[in-house]
Amino acid sequence: MMQASLSIINFRKDEEKVKRKKIMKAAVTAALVLTSLFLLQCLLVPKYATDVVEGSLIAEYYQEEKDHDVVFIGDCEVYENFSPRVLWEEYGINSYIRGSAQQLIWQSYYLLEDTLRYEKPEVVIFNVLAMQYDRPQKEAYNRMSLEGMKWSGAKVKAIRASMTEREEFLDYVFPILRYHSRWEELKSEDVQYLFDRKKVSHNGYYMRVDVKPAENVPEGNILADYQFGENAYDYLDRMTRLCRENDIQLILIKAPSLYPFWYEEWEQQIEDYAEKNDLLYLNFLEMTEETGIDFSTDTYDGGLHMNLSGAEKLSACLGRILQEDVGLKDRRGEKELSEKWQEKIIAYEAEKERQYKENMG
Amino acid sequence: MEDLLEILRDLHPEVDFESCETLIDDKILDSFDIVSIIAEVNDQFEVTISAEHIIPENFNSARALYELIQRLEDED
Amino acid sequence: MLFTSYEFLGFILILFVLYYLIPTKFQWPLLLAASYVFYFLADPFYLIYILTTTVTVYFLGCRIERYREEQSGYLKDHKEELSREEKKAYKSGIKKRQWRLLLLGLLINLGILAVVKYTNFAIANVNFVLHCFGSSREFGLVDLVLPMGISFYTFQALGYIIDVYRGTVKAQKNPFQFALFVSFFPQLVQGPISRYQDLSETLFGGHKFHAETVCFGLERILWGFFKKLVIADRILVGVNTIVRNPEEYGGAYVLAGMLFYALELYADFTGGIDITIGVAQVLGITVTENFNRPYFSKSIKEYWRRWHITMGTWFTDYIFYPISVCKPMLKFSRFAREHFGEAIGKRMPVYLSSFAVWLATGIWHGASWNFVVWGLGNWVVIMISQELEPLYKKFHEWAGRRFGREIGENVLFRCFQVIRTILLMSVLRTFDCYRDVPLTFRMLGSAVRGGNWQIFWDGSLLGLGLDMADYGILAAGLVLLLVVSLLQRSGSVREKIARRPYPVRFMIWYGLFLAVLLMGAYGIGYDASQFIYNQF
Repeated sequence: MMQASLSIINFRKDEEKVKRKKIMKAAVTAALVLTSLFLLQCLLVPKYATDVVEGSLIAEYYQEEKDHDVVFIGDCEVYENFSPRVLWEEYGINSYIRGSAQQLIWQSYYLLEDTLRYEKPEVVIFNVLAMQYDRPQKEAYNRMSLEGMKWSGAKVKAIRASMTEREEFLDYVFPILRYHSRWEELKSEDVQYLFDRKKVSHNGYYMRVDVKPAENVPEGNILADYQFGENAYDYLDRMTRLCRENDIQLILIKAPSLYPFWYEEWEQQIEDYAEKNDLLYLNFLEMTEETGIDFSTDTYDGGLHMNLSGAEKLSACLGRILQEDVGLKDRRGEKELSEKWQEKIIAYEAEKERQYKENMG
Repeated sequence: MEDLLEILRDLHPEVDFESCETLIDDKILDSFDIVSIIAEVNDQFEVTISAEHIIPENFNSARALYELIQRLEDED
Repeated sequence: MLFTSYEFLGFILILFVLYYLIPTKFQWPLLLAASYVFYFLADPFYLIYILTTTVTVYFLGCRIERYREEQSGYLKDHKEELSREEKKAYKSGIKKRQWRLLLLGLLINLGILAVVKYTNFAIANVNFVLHCFGSSREFGLVDLVLPMGISFYTFQALGYIIDVYRGTVKAQKNPFQFALFVSFFPQLVQGPISRYQDLSETLFGGHKFHAETVCFGLERILWGFFKKLVIADRILVGVNTIVRNPEEYGGAYVLAGMLFYALELYADFTGGIDITIGVAQVLGITVTENFNRPYFSKSIKEYWRRWHITMGTWFTDYIFYPISVCKPMLKFSRFAREHFGEAIGKRMPVYLSSFAVWLATGIWHGASWNFVVWGLGNWVVIMISQELEPLYKKFHEWAGRRFGREIGENVLFRCFQVIRTILLMSVLRTFDCYRDVPLTFRMLGSAVRGGNWQIFWDGSLLGLGLDMADYGILAAGLVLLLVVSLLQRSGSVREKIARRPYPVRFMIWYGLFLAVLLMGAYGIGYDASQFIYNQF
């Protein structure tokens, strides 16, 4: 009797042991698989550290202290043309540029939604060139604008709005599926920046110091239809509404880039829109006198984008307007913020130095 | 039975049809062989083996085939 | 829904989980629902076709079965009263009625298949003939969708009704179970063509979760994805470059294209079937194997017993035999033997019926002359090798005496036979690559003339859209295929894996998974191609 009950107990113990072993096995397997897949994914996604650094811009925002007076949203016409450093040094305005290459207007809108999860700036500046696109354009640019975003409803909506025909949502959730064949192109930077990305921007500003004067800028082609698309207008409306609801002043700008061509018909539509919605609209193309932009020295690619000199001139002009017409406060007196900026200015100067040296050599 | 074995041996002299029971399963007879067999059986025994009778069970051995022929003769 | 899409993976994942959560008696209804969802997602319009086939074959099958029941009841009741002749007359009356029903079923369903698949082919040919006679009249082509898998499920349903007519299977009385037999979704994409008596054994019964079966099924799915994504879709780029630019790629490129296509087709088709059978296996359902290491065949005839097996046996059982043993053919056989001598006369009827089979096989593969020529090409090769049989025998006898042993046992000679078969099949298959028949002949001619053999070593092959890494992966994949095939000769590879300790098993699974994940040709940049057999 004793013995029988003992053996039952033993049997139960054994059974439990087997069960525990099974669970352990499953747990170890799962941990191994998930960790290795995660590491692989880290390895395979592009690092945007030396080539196409624009891809790093969106993600860098999240490391910032989020207390900006001004946030820019838009394409290369914001992140290459404005230097937040000048806005700070000359006017005490703390600003950040959430720009990315070919940022489409719905991406700008959802980036704004995303930004509002962290902070509420006084002014949002949107560059209107993106109004020309009514439909998703290129997968590569989608990736650069969307991948850097932290996960949120805004990101999900941004992806859904942006996907081209052959893209899959799952590829955004697990980027390894998108970049699975990049093992052929791995470079040392992929290991170097496995976890921590290299910082490439200065509050979202992408600095270039080289010069290539603008010559023979082509006229714009004749378009079949100059009317901005419905979808684009819809997002512009939503942007206007979102800013109004949050008590943010929305400013529309058109950067002074000579190309892509800015058509008179487009200008008219934006002017009308700004007037109807009581928005400030600044077309820097028509403000060369105020900005002092000289296209023989202030652009690095023949008029598409500003170089450092151009961006600083433009920022000085914008800062004046923000201070005088919009009435933004000078915050240079805030100790903590000043210290932060001091550090940023050192990095800014170092990068400037590096680029000059590189160009000389 | 002897007549049948002769037909079979004519096709494949190397096979021992009296003992082999896996003519189809071991792919000794292929579809061409089966058709020739049916044509000759039709001549010699005056029975018609139709497509529905062509199943492995009926062709796996000479005995099975012979039984099929007898069954068909009975029905006629 | 392509097998190689996230949707499909999500679909089967949800199905697998649901399938083992619900009571087993609801499993087959779940499969029916899943199959119709699968079809609906492809195109709701397709449902009309598959429903028509299902309903007509179901009712005709039941009706044929009822006659059989009536007959046995009547004969039993009137056993004593009826004379032999009366019984016979009664039976043949019943048979005639059953035959009419069968014919109706064949006409309706082959009619649908013919209309959706061959209307444009027929119109194009009529136009061509009109053109030849100098007429300027031309009929417009019609825009018909080819429903997914129609050739497969039609043949499966027709096989069933013929079997019911022959009495080899009993008609399925439950219309929903029958609908599942016709529409079972893993088979819809590209076969195999299952027989009712095989599939029904496991399709409707309940299946308890059985870890090993599920594991084997998943392994098979993974292996299918490896073949399909890592090998087939990768090499497809090279095949397409060659066959779509025939002006640029002649001579040795044609040969390269043939060999690439041989690998592509094998990996694509067997990979797809692996996924099908694997999915079914996870569900506890056994689907007939469709391949038996076909590239190890030593002759074309053997090859066709080992490649696309279910199609081959379908054509043999339902076309070749009925034609070969029908009364007129038997008469012709006697006539031929009397007039052309025993030896030749005996073979003539066989050749005639296999001509019909190969013509049908060609047309079944696609509505174009390319496939007709391809099918008949197979026929010609098989006939020639049949006719050369005595010569082969003499050669073997001579070689046996010369070398003192049977040459068929010689490994080198067997390799020669295998390579010869692969090459022959590859040559025939060029007809399904190039745009039209004359072009194919021109390209084959240019391959024979050759001239640019240096492309095989001077790096020209790197200009086909495949780089060094691609060739590396393909070579490794090919070696893996070969190793697995050789291992299979001594039994199931999965059972061999199952006997290994867990860490080894895990390494194999995870290694294969990573290979598919990292080296698979999928996603943006890779246009995951459709399964080649999808729309046949």
